[in-house]
Amino acid sequence: MNGRFGIHGGQYIPETLMNAVIELEEAYNHYKDDPEFNRELTDLFNNYAGRPSRLYYAERMTKDLGGAKIYLKREDLNHTGAHKINNVLGQALLAKKMGKTRLIAETGAGQHGVATATAAALLDMECEVYMGEEDTKRQALNVYRMKLLGSQVHPVTTGTATLKDAVSEAMREWTRRIDDTHYCLGSVMGPHPFPTIVRDFQSVISKEIKQQLMEKEGRLPDAVLACVGGGSNAIGTFYHFIEDESVRLIGCEAAGRGVNTAETAATIATGKLGIFHGMKSYFCQDEYGQIAPVYSISAGLDYPGIGPEHADLYDKGRAEYVAITDDEAVDAFEYLSRLEGIIPAIESAHAVAYARKLAPTMDKDQIIVITISGRGDKDCAAIARYRGEDIYE
Amino acid sequence: MSKIQDAFAHGKAFIPFITCGDPSLETTEQLVYAMEQAGADLIELGIPFSDPTAEGPVIQEANNRALSGGVTTDKIFDMVKKIRANTQIPMVFMTYANVVFSYGIERFTKTAAEVGMNGIILPDVPFEEKEEFADACRRNGLALVSLIAPTSHERISQIASAAEGFIYCVSSLGVTGVRSEITTDIGEMVRLVRAASDIPCAIGFGISTQEQAAKMAKDADGVIVGSAIVKICKEYGTDCVPKVAEYVKSMKDAIRDL
Repeated sequence: MNGRFGIHGGQYIPETLMNAVIELEEAYNHYKDDPEFNRELTDLFNNYAGRPSRLYYAERMTKDLGGAKIYLKREDLNHTGAHKINNVLGQALLAKKMGKTRLIAETGAGQHGVATATAAALLDMECEVYMGEEDTKRQALNVYRMKLLGSQVHPVTTGTATLKDAVSEAMREWTRRIDDTHYCLGSVMGPHPFPTIVRDFQSVISKEIKQQLMEKEGRLPDAVLACVGGGSNAIGTFYHFIEDESVRLIGCEAAGRGVNTAETAATIATGKLGIFHGMKSYFCQDEYGQIAPVYSISAGLDYPGIGPEHADLYDKGRAEYVAITDDEAVDAFEYLSRLEGIIPAIESAHAVAYARKLAPTMDKDQIIVITISGRGDKDCAAIARYRGEDIYE
Repeated sequence: MSKIQDAFAHGKAFIPFITCGDPSLETTEQLVYAMEQAGADLIELGIPFSDPTAEGPVIQEANNRALSGGVTTDKIFDMVKKIRANTQIPMVFMTYANVVFSYGIERFTKTAAEVGMNGIILPDVPFEEKEEFADACRRNGLALVSLIAPTSHERISQIASAAEGFIYCVSSLGVTGVRSEITTDIGEMVRLVRAASDIPCAIGFGISTQEQAAKMAKDADGVIVGSAIVKICKEYGTDCVPKVAEYVKSMKDAIRDL
């Protein structure tokens, strides 16, 4: 069966798109081992995006928590301020090789939209981004950035007007215009081959962590932590450690106001098996399979599903998934800012929040790596509002 | 002869689509009777889904209206059972994979067949994924209707060879919804189907006028109309039944003798 991770994954999409995903798979299989493609991509990674990203020893946080040694994988230092650029440069270059001249994308927090708009500008492609209207308000600065980069931004008003609706609308747009258009999906989700392609382009994160930690400590980490919405920075963080059974892989989901409330986006904690957005995986849904209107303070984690490879890692017991509330994430956002002078994205703050619980339970000779998937400038106004302070962006 | 084949025995078939529970299940029931009277040959009953990715705005909104009104899969099964006591018109469900999957594929198909449905259309289940659903459909005597699209090309022959009931030919790129013009070479799509199978072909997506229906029906065995009817349901609400019937009659008249 096509693109399965255990029972998850697959290609549950309209017939209209089938030849497009087959063509994409063929192109990807051709180019992924093509030396010229890889040379170009590595050049973009290193000289444009600023890779390799730093692996930083968070000494003050380590001392404060009094347990495991903490390293931060600084994806927030990438060009455009998040891990999203890794996948986008790969897909945009692939699309260009395929002769596509137009990129479309969905975005939640706006980071993937900004990254796609950036790659489109660089590679001289047209770009249109679909973003839930609710999110265009929460992330107004990113909307402006996309426009500045020459992209059109379409506010999506259907459904809950958030990330899931942006994905639906981007899929609809792709069925309207396929010939010249590549759908640059932003996470390890959707129909095969997207979960594999996005995983491969993001796996540079764990490849670097492994190498960098070997240089610094001469050993593997004991746990790697990342936040999970669709799960692209998490799978990137996990991938090269999946075979190293001693490394705990921990994904941090958005619990929103709590997993016992309806206002949550914690898919593993509250979802069940289903089929949506092209894939079989776990989804927040009601007893009749209607997709639930999820909630998180973080626009980037505000998604009712999780990528199929995560669902499979969970089934196999290889990865653990924990739920972090808005309150815990906001506390961690402030904590990392004050302690290390690093303002993390509110998404990444979910992983920091769990590290604060986990590190003290571990020994001082153990090592945790937290992926800081993005920087938090975009969230400052929203967090200020959360704390009751109304500031202008 | 299966029930679905009956639909193609009275000249070119007219196949209306309505969303169950828009504006109410009572109206849906009355619409089925009225559309049959008006000349409909087969009826597509949409089970609403929260996130219908193959639908344009008109049917998306109908799904929302129906779900807001409290419609569920079980209530729709009850309604169909009632309808089946009064009419023999062929009926197929149109819904999304997760509605069937979450109910349990076996349980859904068994119940659907028991209450009197003849088939099911799942626009997000392409050829590659159909076996998961087709097996249970076969066991319970439901036709799993396959779709082909203007982008299908060389896929048409394998899809048609394994197709049941009828083939749903998607007229153009994009999602459901009224279009001013359809430029796809429908004749070519149908020829590719015919080369592989003698299954009936019905064309849908974007058709709203008598002229379009007549043009499409020349090349195919039937015409499917959804958004244009759902618009009438929205405009007239619970008073929509005679208006829809009038429209269905005009469309069937336009294609009957082609």
